[in-house]
Amino acid sequence: MRRSFIARNPSVLWFILILALFTLFVTVLSEAAGIGYLSTSFVKTLGKTLCLCLVAIAMDVVWGYCGILSLGHFAFFGIGGYAIGMWLMYARTETLVAESLSNSVIPPTETEISNAIANQIFGVVGASEFPAIWAFSHSLALQLLMVVLVPGVLALVFGWLAFRSRVTGVYLSILTQAMTLALSLYLLQNDSGLRGNNGLSGLQNIPGFGATPQSHVSLAFFLASAAALAAGYVLFAWVVSGKMGSVIRGIRDDEARVRFLGYHVESYKLFVFTLTAVVAGIAGALYYPQAGIINPTEIAPIASIYLAVWVAIGGRGRLYGAAIGAAFVSLVASWFTGGGAPPVDLGVYTIHWTDWWLVLLGLSFVAVTLFFPKGIGGLFDLLTGIRVPWRTGDYGPGKGAWRKEEGRE
Amino acid sequence: MNTLLELSGVSVSFDGFRAIDNLSFQIGEPELRAVIGPNGAGKTTFMDIITGKTRPDSGRVTWGESGMSLLGLSESRIAREGIGRKFQKPTVFEAQTVRENLAMALRNPRGPLSVLVCRTTPEATARIDAIAVQTGLEDSLGRPAGELSHGQKQWLEIGMLLAQEPRLLLVDEPAAGMTPAERETSAARLLEAARRLAVVVVEDDMDFVRRLNCRVTVLNEGSVLAEGSLDHVTGNEQVIDVYLGR
Repeated sequence: MRRSFIARNPSVLWFILILALFTLFVTVLSEAAGIGYLSTSFVKTLGKTLCLCLVAIAMDVVWGYCGILSLGHFAFFGIGGYAIGMWLMYARTETLVAESLSNSVIPPTETEISNAIANQIFGVVGASEFPAIWAFSHSLALQLLMVVLVPGVLALVFGWLAFRSRVTGVYLSILTQAMTLALSLYLLQNDSGLRGNNGLSGLQNIPGFGATPQSHVSLAFFLASAAALAAGYVLFAWVVSGKMGSVIRGIRDDEARVRFLGYHVESYKLFVFTLTAVVAGIAGALYYPQAGIINPTEIAPIASIYLAVWVAIGGRGRLYGAAIGAAFVSLVASWFTGGGAPPVDLGVYTIHWTDWWLVLLGLSFVAVTLFFPKGIGGLFDLLTGIRVPWRTGDYGPGKGAWRKEEGRE
Repeated sequence: MNTLLELSGVSVSFDGFRAIDNLSFQIGEPELRAVIGPNGAGKTTFMDIITGKTRPDSGRVTWGESGMSLLGLSESRIAREGIGRKFQKPTVFEAQTVRENLAMALRNPRGPLSVLVCRTTPEATARIDAIAVQTGLEDSLGRPAGELSHGQKQWLEIGMLLAQEPRLLLVDEPAAGMTPAERETSAARLLEAARRLAVVVVEDDMDFVRRLNCRVTVLNEGSVLAEGSLDHVTGNEQVIDVYLGR
């Protein structure tokens, strides 16, 4: 007898239900559609948090399920942000330039408009022409395609090279981190074509919606982020369930054994790596219009390390754990660093949390790794009374089973 | 009886050490063969070469009626050609249930996309149930494999191999860590499998090899020292010198 997808994965239903209730709650309290209890900036923070949850569940699939500790997924997130940012910046500058040129006596030519836009955008890095990578920036459809294509192709090529050479474990992590570092250093250059360390800004102004107040824009993005998170959750829950999930977890636990079963391990890793990179790109494309600005420091390796920390604290190997971890840690981080936490006066020294928050985060990461390897998500096991037996020591409970000291390699 | 697998003149060295030295070996289908030899004789490397884990420096490895070469194929491709391997230490996926372990091994398309959209068919379920009965695991299908006893894990692994429907089974020390009763059952199951398949058993335990009652190949320093019935090879002077006499 075959049970439905939801019956086999009850956590999907719970997750969607809680997310829907939360979304409804925020909508009712927002300025745009409700009683205005929540400020627009807080709605934006919540919307951004949902995007972080989405990239965190992608990270959980690649790390918690497939065992690839990628330190590059926040780079894919950033690439998605840059891709949508290019269109946002181009289209908005075009509107502004068209307005200012419309007063001139002689109507401006196409070239003049294009040059004026380029001047506006690249004046800050001393350039006045569009670099080649901006070729599609005039078209929303093409840039949306880039949101998916650029992270996807980069992950595909990088993953193919890395997995084919059987690079695994910590070496793969170092390799992905090197990729991330190289990308952020490249983007920091003024002639990278993406405005160097200035990054792209003014992304919160959505072209064509100039008259719409930010409170409405923020709510729309919040709802879109919630929908994307729900869709991403269902997609990943589907991927990691069933036989695909078996194979992916098998690769994490014993790659060689999966290979001798006849599965081409490299293809599976590549599939997971690329799929999660694409989802990370989409999450980034939803995040940065809410943040308003993107610059190369967002892509720096430390961001990808934070991503791994969120997933570890939330609980690896369960999707809701990763989402909870990302939401919890990033909201607590903004509370501590935003001055929400009161300083602690120790008499001889006053702890200002803006300085000490990272130390606290580091200590909690160490504590979780050592004492609660299942993270926050592990609390749900206590709730539902699931106890997983710990049997890596002896060979088994059977009467004839050998004890550890009797067996041999 | 046709030749299923043939190795001829295979050599491989690691950092100047000749692990396999001009080794030639043949097995038919069906046939049961025991491979014995002292430590460091190259038994594991021999299996690594067949399964594609190690590439030999020279020699040929041919497979099947058409005599296709296995050299240069990936491990997964060789496994799909019909070569199953059982490791010395039972390697099952402990975090997954017995049923999931068997389902993964079941002979089916192995590409990521076909696995992604794969649905459980009644035939597959019936096949898993049949293998579970064959290996005595019918009551444990829903349990995580990590909970099984050492012997049960060995059988689960053998069950996974059967689910792969291989033509050649390579079994590394199947009796290791088993109780006498479990050994007996293991030997019976291997004999049964060898009625249809080619089975190569690498084993150190002479009692177990005797129970298999099959042709024996003795390896030493990477090449074949003697081949024949167990009584024949145990009577061989050289074999007594390098292996049995110690």
